[in-house]
Amino acid sequence: MDAHKVVTIAPRIRVRGLGKVFGEKPQQVEALKDIDLEVCDNEFVTLVGASGCGKSTLLRIIGGLEYQTSGEILSSSKPVAGPGADRAMVFQHYSLYPWLDVMENIRFSRRLRANRHDITSADVEMASGRAEALLNLMGLSNMAHAYPNQLSGGMQQRVAIARALMGRPEILLMDEPFGALDAQTREVMHDLILHVFKLEKATIVFVTHDVEEAIYLGQRVVLLAPRPGRIDTIYKVPLPAQRHQDMKHAREFLDLKKEILQRIRETSGMKTDSELLEQLSRTAGNQ
Amino acid sequence: MATPSRARPGIWSIRGPMSQRRYWMLAAIGLIVPVLAWWAVANSGWVEKVFMPTPGSVWSRTALWWSEDNLLQDAGISIYRVTAGWLLSAVIAMPIGLLIGTFRPVQALLEPLTDFVRYMPAVAFIPLVMLWVGIDEGSKVAIIFIGTFFQMVLMVAEDVRRVPAAQIEAAQTMGATRMEIIQLVLLPSSKPALVDTLRITMGWAWTYLVVAELVAANSGLGYAILKAQRFLQTDKIFAGIILIGLIGLIIDQLFRLFHRKAFPWMHTKS
Ligand SMILES: Nc1ncnc2c1ncn2[C@@H]1O[C@H](COP(=O)(O)OP(=O)(O)OP(=O)(O)O)[C@@H](O)[C@H]1O
Ligand SMILES: [Mg+2]
Repeated sequence: MDAHKVVTIAPRIRVRGLGKVFGEKPQQVEALKDIDLEVCDNEFVTLVGASGCGKSTLLRIIGGLEYQTSGEILSSSKPVAGPGADRAMVFQHYSLYPWLDVMENIRFSRRLRANRHDITSADVEMASGRAEALLNLMGLSNMAHAYPNQLSGGMQQRVAIARALMGRPEILLMDEPFGALDAQTREVMHDLILHVFKLEKATIVFVTHDVEEAIYLGQRVVLLAPRPGRIDTIYKVPLPAQRHQDMKHAREFLDLKKEILQRIRETSGMKTDSELLEQLSRTAGNQ
Repeated sequence: MATPSRARPGIWSIRGPMSQRRYWMLAAIGLIVPVLAWWAVANSGWVEKVFMPTPGSVWSRTALWWSEDNLLQDAGISIYRVTAGWLLSAVIAMPIGLLIGTFRPVQALLEPLTDFVRYMPAVAFIPLVMLWVGIDEGSKVAIIFIGTFFQMVLMVAEDVRRVPAAQIEAAQTMGATRMEIIQLVLLPSSKPALVDTLRITMGWAWTYLVVAELVAANSGLGYAILKAQRFLQTDKIFAGIILIGLIGLIIDQLFRLFHRKAFPWMHTKS
């Protein structure tokens, strides 16, 4: 009998019929509607879409920082009931602790566990080894005792990522983590995060408004459409698992980028630029 | 051809640069000029000595107060009262403000009430305080408490609310409990702002001390000023006011020094 049993691996994250309405009766905003999404174990999924389409909201609900108003969400087959150490989050801004140095920031999650009683000295030793390793991985070994406000934006985000990884989360949630960085730094961070992804075998959900970033990093790109936020299209990225900067110039890459950008423009309900410009020049001419 | 390098913007450009040396020179001028003006007016004979004593007579009066009238004791009792009233305020306002800034139900319950009470002038409570507490030490402490407590609660609550949400949420996604977030995020993150709040309310405490000592005391700097008025010792009034100003300045600078020592991460810019 056992021989016939079909083994199906449950997805790491399962979102079913999820909806989110913000606010109370007269002024409600339907931020998300009927979201169905499954993210496999050790998968890298990116979320894109027009501004205000609910990307952050969806990510925050998965992280347990926001609650849904309908539908269900399972993480590792358990319903999400709030934030937890299995789903670490990296924010765009202001999440580092400015009163702690780089090393203390990275070890913050250990300080939380240290207050609990199920900690052995072997654990503590292993943890300090891991903090060192993460510091090296992020190329910050000579910055261990600097304060966050002494670091550049790119370095700060590397500390934030190391801190999130410290507790070995199963899922890493990232909300435009490189949104404030310049283009060159961002490229470096892309290869770093792909390296981390391979090394740590985590599952990553990554929000961005940069389509190129979404394709370069993601195995699948999920496009949300606004008002109400819903899943429009899910694109499978036709690139090999091992990414390389040169791939950004490949035919498939550019075609997919064009297609996604086109679709975002269609779903955002905004007029195309040429129409808008024509209208502007006409009103300017009337004056 | 190389373009000529741009001249350094002048000190009158908005938020313009200024060297340390120039800064302290101007600061010294700002302090010395009023003293000189005072000296000139007092010595000119335009105003009677009773209304405007000379800096010299204020200085010698201070010396006399020190040697024969126990200035140290007057200053000591005043400092004691301020510290006691302000400390009592702080000890109660800190936890309440923390709770208001952290939990919405506490905010709803206490903030509108506090907002209302703080608009009642503390000075108007003096007759009531004298009825209830009498005119011993308790009444001075009580007036300083009433004057600083409600403001302090609101300021502490605001300091705690200013902690960036991302700092709290990052801790939550690392598995922090509510207690851990309060201890390891809210408190350390708002601590520098809290120290500033303590420093500012300390200044207000001095204002209420003098009010309390003018009406209900028989010792202290405020009382000495009031007594000097009865004997037309204008120079002693001046001396008392300047002394209070100096003590306030010193305490303020100590707070700033503590701030720099305790929060090096705020003062180390790359
Ligand atoms: N706390 C909130 N209260 C009320 N409305 C909210 C709240 N958070 C988000 N919204 C609304 O929900 C919708 C989705 O917001 P969300 O921040 O998830 O969009 P987004 O896709 O992340 O946008 P962006 O690309 O600009 O970051 C928006 O219409 C927004 O106004
Ligand atoms: Mg967003």
